[in-house]
Formats: sequence, structure tokens, C-alpha cells
Amino acid sequence: MKALKDLTGVAAPMPMINVDTDMIIPKQYLKTIGRSGLGKGLFHSMRYNDDGTDNPDFVLNKEAYKDAKILIAGDNFGCGSSREHAAWAIEDFGIRCVIAPSFSDIFYNNAFKNGMLLIRLPQEQIDELTTQAEFGSNAVFSIDLEAQTVTAPDGGEHAFEIDDFRKHCLLNGLDEIALTLDKESSISSYESTTSKTHRWLTPATS
Amino acid sequence: MPISGVPYFESQEATFLPAKTLYDKIWDAHVVSTEPDGTCLIYIDRHLVHEVTSAQAFEGLRLNDRPVRRPELTLAVVDHNIPTTDRSKGIDDPESKLQMDTLASNTKEFGVEYYDELDQRQGIVHIIGPEQGFTLPGTTVVCGDSHTATHGAFGALAHGIGTSEVEHVLASQTLLQNKSKNMLVKVNGKLPAGITAKDLTLAIIAHTGTAGGTGHVIEYSGEAIRDLSMEGRMTLCNMAIEGGARAGLVAPDEKTFAYLKGRPKAPKGAHWDAAVEYWKTLQSDEGAHFDKVVEIDASSIAPIVTWGTSPEDAIAITDSVPDPMSFDDEHKQSSASRALEYMGLTAGTPMAEIPIDKVFIGSCTNGRIEDLREVARVVEGKKIAANVDAMVVPGSGLVKSQAEQEGIADILKEAGFDWREPGCSMCLGMNPDRLEPGERCASTSNRNFEGRQGHGGRTHLMSPAMAAAAAIAGHLTDVRDVTKGAPA
Repeated sequence: MKALKDLTGVAAPMPMINVDTDMIIPKQYLKTIGRSGLGKGLFHSMRYNDDGTDNPDFVLNKEAYKDAKILIAGDNFGCGSSREHAAWAIEDFGIRCVIAPSFSDIFYNNAFKNGMLLIRLPQEQIDELTTQAEFGSNAVFSIDLEAQTVTAPDGGEHAFEIDDFRKHCLLNGLDEIALTLDKESSISSYESTTSKTHRWLTPATS
Repeated sequence: MPISGVPYFESQEATFLPAKTLYDKIWDAHVVSTEPDGTCLIYIDRHLVHEVTSAQAFEGLRLNDRPVRRPELTLAVVDHNIPTTDRSKGIDDPESKLQMDTLASNTKEFGVEYYDELDQRQGIVHIIGPEQGFTLPGTTVVCGDSHTATHGAFGALAHGIGTSEVEHVLASQTLLQNKSKNMLVKVNGKLPAGITAKDLTLAIIAHTGTAGGTGHVIEYSGEAIRDLSMEGRMTLCNMAIEGGARAGLVAPDEKTFAYLKGRPKAPKGAHWDAAVEYWKTLQSDEGAHFDKVVEIDASSIAPIVTWGTSPEDAIAITDSVPDPMSFDDEHKQSSASRALEYMGLTAGTPMAEIPIDKVFIGSCTNGRIEDLREVARVVEGKKIAANVDAMVVPGSGLVKSQAEQEGIADILKEAGFDWREPGCSMCLGMNPDRLEPGERCASTSNRNFEGRQGHGGRTHLMSPAMAAAAAIAGHLTDVRDVTKGAPA
């Protein structure tokens, strides 16, 4: 996993509620057996016209936001399907951080596994950041994960919460599977106990 | 017994245990280790795998030279992009075929049991888990699919995961998790005649909102929940995710045990007895703390349909399309306006006057035998409307075979329904079954998102009985009007 310590860049405003993972990356992109190159399908139906040309009204097609590194979104972002393709697509597009009032649980987990930072802030602060992001390419945001702050273009600092373990993994780009496999003795000991106390847990063979 | 010299109340205190919810109990029984910030390593008892979200996980194992830790705890099946027409001569779509072939070779390489497209046990991953007795009370169940919540009907802690987590489970049989909060949805009283688990689950989401359960695990309780069959409970828990919850749970009871007994992968003999004894302890204790409680009066629920592009956009069939300005905050107002435009609907139109083009019966929400019986009951002796194309996609090969034996398939075919092979089908339109732009569908599936059933397609979610009634009428309609006079 790629580490992320801080991030500075333009933030694209997308103040829609309930942006679901079908909207983030539609079904035709789920037939891949890889995880790269999905950025082209990001927000497909909003981003492209029916003839495949860019929809000029969509925020990420506007000149100011084509290289956005941050997305400022609405409540319940990433709801719906568990497809990690949604996180892969956002990351592949170049956005490493999404800021919203809330995220669906599965999307939240998926994003961090891919070196992305998701930040929850109250709706009033999101409204304020959205307004500032609408100023376009002059509006540069800075995020400091160590200090847990978002600095808006107006210089205002917004503190955010994050679990220590998640923060530690992201700051250091740690491979969570390797970390878990280091706990082999705990896992084996758990298995050894339950195999005695809950013998019915092993699936029957027919 | 009080020990001499020690006050009696101390020994009383020593035996005191804090009241726990069902979720607390299952969680506590699965903690392998805990990080200083409370993040836990949780043991996973059951892992279901399908073709769309697993290829990259197996590839990750290969790249790191890691085996599957306990292959016998993982069960794989093809469901998401498989065609629902005859599969015996192979699959046309090269991308779908590649995903299916990749799952077949991955499961072979890593020693995981796999039901392929020709296996009668093949079906939607959340239908076959319970059907095979793979899903059991008190277990942790995960799958790279958000509707894993379905298995909560058995009192299993079940939730969807992403592909990175699929790889984590394959490699370690564990997941890193933060404990969610406890939420109780208590449904008091009895559901009126003709009102189903689907109406109930949509009514709950309409009440709590699609983010109402975010960060929580919901336990469903109350008389109306106890009265539901196991299949109804699966429909209910299936859509816990649409209410934003991490998982949904129903405490196991005699219905649960009766459903599981004798299923191929369920415990046998002495193991069965020991299991049932343990499962009987799986209830929330009196006085257990819930962070959020919602109470619902079952008797007030009418047949529900959705009007918009989020499952929370659900109202009674007797209502009209709402005015976006009737919502209290501006984000909801703009979301509703966008939804009406996408859906091609005008505020004030009675829901029961909306004409439809297609009907889809199936999915992990409503693709089980009881659902098909319900459809047959509504359409028996009738014909679907001339303007409607209707398809039935059984949830598994076993459901299909049972429906054929019971004569349900004949009733449905006679009424004009297309009778298909099992799979996820038009619930998400990854296979050839999908809506054309502008087509309107009465669907028993779980999501009405923009483009979900096909680019530009318009989805109205409802129960199997309501979708059947719509097929006959040619427009959305109150099933109670269609079945008037018929035995319930």
C-alpha cells in the first residue's frame, strides 16, 4: 500500500448526497480481473455523454478540476455495492482523499486499503469547504494526516478524527495482511480453542 | 456460598455479567487480538466467494506466495455475470467467460470448493450459503458482496467486504475490524394480510434513511420479526445494507434450527445437538444497551414501492409521487428533483398509475422458493399484460428444480413469464439481462440506483407479489386489489 503523509492540491466539489458505487464505477468496468486503469470509468454516466464525449458540465471535466487530488462530497458517499473497483477508480484518476459528512462502511474500509484518506467532517464545514472549492484551480487545500487537519484556501484549519491504527498503517504504507500474519500464534491459539469448544464449526462433508 | 470473613455481596458481584446484545456476544466470541486503539482482529468462520470480486484477491496471494489458510471454510460459486439462458454450450461474452474461468482455476489451485455453472447447487451466493447449511447461527460470515447481510437472518454476523479484505480472509481467516454500534429495530404487532418482508424492509429504510444504520449493526426484533419465515428474515436482513448498516441480525429460534437441520453442510449428530445448545444462548440479554432504537408498528405497513433512485425513496402504493420541495433540506430537495428527472416521473402522479415495461422476479433479496410461490399465487390463471416483458430468475438450481416440481414454473410460464437459469441477472445487469434506456421495471431486487439494471433504466423496487400484480396489470398496482377474493 502507498503511504500518505500529506496532500496538497485542488479539491473538486461534488455536493450530491448518496453517491453510490454504481455511480462511481458502473458494472461494465467490473468485468476486469485486474485492478489498474479504472480511472477512465470513474463516474462514467455523469462524466460522459451517450456518444462517449465528455460532458462539459461534469465537475471533473472542467479545466480547473481535471487534476483534482481531493473530492469534497455529500452525505453517505460510496453507499451500495462492496465493489473495491470504486476505490480503485478514484485512486487511479488521481484523487487520494475524499472529504464528506459520512461514508458507507464498506467503501470507507476499501479506500484505506488502497492508500486513500477519507475524512469525515460535519455538514456545515463541508458546505463551507464546498463553497471554497468552487473557486477552482486557485483554491488549494492542504491535508496533514499526522496533525489530522485540513487547511482550506482561506487558511481555516479543520481538525478531523481517524482511528490510530488506520492512521499508522496509512502514514507508513503498511501491508495489513503481513501485519496480521505476524499474529500467527494468536490465530492458531484461537483456532485450537474453538476446535475444542465449538466442534460443530467445521462444515460437515456430505 | 459466602466465604468466612468476606462480605456476601462481593461474591454476588463476582458472578455479575454485563448484559450483552446478540451482536456483542458474537463479536466477543470472535476476537483474536486487539490493537491499543480498539481495532480488533476478528476470526471469520465462513467465507463466500464469487467471480467478480475475487480474481485480484487470489492474484495477491500468488504474488506473495501465500496459501489459503483454511480452504474448507470458503465456498465459491459463479453468479454475478453468468447468463440466465442455456449455459450448457458455453458462455459467449469473452470478459464474463474470463472471470468465470479465472474463478474455476483459482479455486482449483487453492483447494476451494466451487459450484460451476453446470452444478445444480449453483446459484446466487447468498441463496446457496443458507441452502447448503454453510451459514450457521453465531458464526461470522463474509463475502465480497454487500448483500452478505442476508445471512444475518440466521443470527450470523454477516457483512460485505472489499477485494483487499477477501485476500486478507483467504490468507489469514481473519479481518481487521472496528466494532460497530448496536441498533435495535423493533417491529411491534402483526403485519396485515398480504404484507411481506419486502414491504417491511423497504418501510424500515424509508423510516431510517439509507444512512440511518451507518456505523451500526441492526438487530431486528419484535412480534412481526418472530412471525417471519426464515426466507422472510433473509429478505429483511438482505436490505440492512441499503439502510447503511454494517449487518442485520435476527436472533435464532426454532424456525432457524428447523430450516438448517439436515442441510448438507450443517452439523450432524452430536455436533448438531451441541450447536443447538449454543445457538439457544444467542439472544440479546434483558437490559442490554442499544445506541439507537427504532420502533415500528407492523399493522401500519402497506404494500411499498420506490419512486426514486435510492432505496429510501419508498412509499405506499396508495401514495403519489412526492414533490421534491416537500423535503426539509436542500440536499434532499435537489436529490429528489434529480431522481424524478431520471425516473421520468411528475410529482403528484398516483404510484398505481405508473405504467411499466418489464418485470424482474429474482435476486438475493427475493429469489427463493417462497417468493416464487407468492408470484404463482398472484398470477395463477391470469396472463401478463401485453405491454410487459416479465422474467423469473430462480435464486439457485435447487430453487429452480423445486419450483418445477411444485408446478410453479408451469403456472408462471402459462401466465407469460420467461423462466430462466439461476444467477444475479437483472438485479445488477452484469450479464445480458438488462433494461434499455428509459425502460421502466417492477423489480424484486434491492437497488434502484441510476443505471443499476441497465444504462438509463428505471427501477421500482417492490415485493414479489407486487411485481406479479404489476405484470398482470401492466402498471404499478396494489396487489390487494388484484388478489381480492382469493385465498391469502
